[in-house]
Parts: sequence; structure tokens; C-alpha cells
Amino acid sequence: MNDMIVLNDVTKSFLSDRSIKDKDGKPHWFTAVEPTSLTIKQGEIFGLMGYSGAGKSTLLRLINMLERPDSGQVMIDGTDLTTLSASELRIARHNIGMIFQQFNLMSNHTVFDNVAFNLRVSGYPSRDIHKRVMDCLEIVDLTDRAGHYPAQLSGGQKQRVGIARAIAPSPKVLLADEPTSALDPATTRSLLTCLRDINEQLGVTIVIVTHEMSVIRRLCDRAALLHQGQLLEVADVQDGLIQATTPIGKGLVVED
Amino acid sequence: MLTGTELSASIDKLLVLRKEIMSAFVDTFIMLGISTTVAIIIGGLFGVFLFLSSDRQFLQNKTLYGVLGGITNFMRAFPFVILMIAMSPFTKAIVGTGIGPIAASLVLAIAGSFYFARLVEQNLREVPRGIIEATESMGARPFTIIKVLLNEARSGLVLSVTILCISLLSYSAAAGMIGGGGLGDLAIRYGYYRYQTEVMIFIVIVLSIMVISIQASGNWLANRLDKR
Repeated sequence: MNDMIVLNDVTKSFLSDRSIKDKDGKPHWFTAVEPTSLTIKQGEIFGLMGYSGAGKSTLLRLINMLERPDSGQVMIDGTDLTTLSASELRIARHNIGMIFQQFNLMSNHTVFDNVAFNLRVSGYPSRDIHKRVMDCLEIVDLTDRAGHYPAQLSGGQKQRVGIARAIAPSPKVLLADEPTSALDPATTRSLLTCLRDINEQLGVTIVIVTHEMSVIRRLCDRAALLHQGQLLEVADVQDGLIQATTPIGKGLVVED
Repeated sequence: MLTGTELSASIDKLLVLRKEIMSAFVDTFIMLGISTTVAIIIGGLFGVFLFLSSDRQFLQNKTLYGVLGGITNFMRAFPFVILMIAMSPFTKAIVGTGIGPIAASLVLAIAGSFYFARLVEQNLREVPRGIIEATESMGARPFTIIKVLLNEARSGLVLSVTILCISLLSYSAAAGMIGGGGLGDLAIRYGYYRYQTEVMIFIVIVLSIMVISIQASGNWLANRLDKR
């Protein structure tokens, strides 16, 4: 399989609250991601896992440049996103779908229009938009809700709209930022099945951030274990077991 | 209590003034129409840029935000009556005269613009940040993101227009000072200086009805547009 996502020594720091100063009196920079390299293959479902503050969401957001890395390269399907101009980056993003913990649907748009919006942004031919939206809603089993507004849907349904919206322009990569953290266990299970189906049927590479071990065990082929901004190891997931080898990694995997 | 004869006498006095009342009504409409429209356009643009240049937004720029915010604060610090006097050379240059409803509209429009700019900024701030991020992650152009923002904030924006319109209606009463005319001016000239209380009462009732109708339509539209 080809390498779909290659992170080369990416780093990211944020300026802390003004009240926190270093010893020399300068503002304190908080390192969210220490130099990290990672390769994710095409068609893989890859987990990013760790406690709060481990840097897993930041690492995910580096992949579509919602956060620009301070240094290092972000290669998506052979293109280094860090070298692109603003307009080239917009085009590259049509190939990277994203779903969010809080769904982030447009509340004044119907389900149909939320999905159609991403197609319009991606320059999809307008006469084909209706069919494509309905096809995507079919995939997430929400065709009967096309005319509803997000406020009229349950959390699980909102997330499935988020998935339909993200996959509509047929991206190569789907980024999922804690997609099940706002959902109950039963809804989480059906959502994971939905993601699995999308991966198998469409061949989309999925990167999923989660603090829930069960999500990694059920869904992922491999997972990066992160701790305080550092990549501890990349563990294989076999038969629902995460094969951690480092001491902290083993600790992370056991506690759940 | 008013006796029947007193009431009919009051109505007669009002009927004598019907031409003045009608023309004051028209003047008020002109001032309100022009100033609200201009304030929505200028204030809207200003508000959008205030928001976009603020912290963590995609045009984030401390200098730009400082300049825009400074201008807004400065303009909003003027008491309306003083703004009218201060702007008179400017209105003369633009509309050829410093008095009359059109000149007054210009002053109202400027006062309204900076008031509305802050209301717009505040409304946009209430759109969840995640929605902007989602739109960015799809590779939307900045202009598309602005459209999404305005659409998500639309019911709050309608209520802000309602507040703007009512404030301008009440400011317009002061426009009589520069011969702006209008209902407020009429109420002061006849109701106060000429002791014709019935004119004062009548105009206050008309103004109240206008305020109630503007507010009710604003609420109705905002509710209809709100799908959150």
C-alpha cells in the first residue's frame, strides 16, 4: 500500500497564558507536539490516542493544517502541504474530510444543504449535487432526514450528517476528532460500524483521535500512543488487542 | 378626566394640523429609511471586519482591530446632538445643505453605523468557533466563510437591525434641531413650545405604535429564521 499521510518531524507550540512566564521573564511557550514522524498507509484506519493534553488533537489538526506546524513536513498523497499557497491549500483540503466531536453542522442549513455545501465549496458540478447528496445520505442511512435541521436530530444522527458531509467530495483522507466522545455507548457502536463500512467500501484512509480505548480496539488497524506531546510508539491492533511495548504505552492501554 | 367637548376640541386641533403631521410622518420615514439602510451597509461591513480582525479569527491583526475599534469607540462617544453640529460642514459638502431631513439622515446614518458595527461584531462572536473551523477544513474561500457566519448569526442580526431602527427613530426626534423635521420635532414645537398637549400625546402614541410594530416584526422574523 502507498503511504497516504507522512508527517516528518512536525512540531507545534502555543503561546501560554500571559500570566505564565519563563525564568528569564519571557512568555512561556507550551509544546503541544514534540518532533514527531509518522506514516499512515492508504486505506488504513489509524488511531491517535492518549490522555487529555497529550497533543493528539493538535497532531490531527496539523494533518489538514488547521494548525500550521512550526517545523517539519506534512505530506498528503505525495504533496507537502506546508509549501502550498493559501489557494493551493484550499484545493488540497477538498481531499481531506473532517468530522468533529461537537459535529459543527451549520444550524441554519438543512441536512441536505449541509452536505451540499461541502460539494459546492469543492467545485462539484451543480447538476450532480442533488444525486450525490442523496447517495451520501443513503450511506449514513439518513435519506428520510434530508429536509430536517440539525436541531431536530439526535447526537448520533448529527454525527452521521457530519460524516456524509465530509465524504461527499470523495476525499482520500477522513480526519475524525473525538467523533464519539459526545455520544452514548450504543450510538458509538453504530457510528464505528458506519466508519468501518465507509473505510471498506470507499477505501478512505481514516485517522481518528480518541481517548476511548474501546474505539481503538474496535476500529483501528494501528494506533499511535501519545504522551505529553511525544509519540511513545505506534502499536498494531490485532484481534481487538493493542500491542503496546513501551512501559507508559502498556499503562495507557491497560487503564480503561 | 377629559369631557366629551374637550376631547372633540382636541381632535379638531389635531385635524387643523393634519398637513404638518403628515409631512412630519413622511420626514420621519425618510430619515429612518435612509439612515437604517446606510447604517446596515456601512456598519455591517465595519462589524464584519471588526470581528475578522479580532483575536483568533482569520484576518487576526492587532493593529487593524485597534484602528477599527478606536474609530468605532470615538464615533460612539459623541452625544448625538453634538455629532449633528460637528458634522454640519461635512453634510453641507455632501448634500449641499446642513439642514433638512436628508442632512439629518446622514448624521443618523453615521451614528447608526458605528452602533450597528458593535452589534454585528457581538452577533458574529456568538457563532460557535467550530463552525468556522469546519468550513475552513472544507477549503472554503474567506468570502464563503463570511457568508456562513452571517447566515448562522442571521436571527441575532435581524434583532440587531430592530434595535438599530428603534434607536434611530428616537434619535430622529433630536434632528429637529437642524430642521430635520419629523414627528419628534413636531411634538417638541407644538406640544412643548406651544403648550398643545394633545399634539404631544398624539405623537407619543404614534411613536409607540411604530416602536411596537418594528419590534414585533423583528421578533417574528428572527424567530422564523432561527433554526438552532
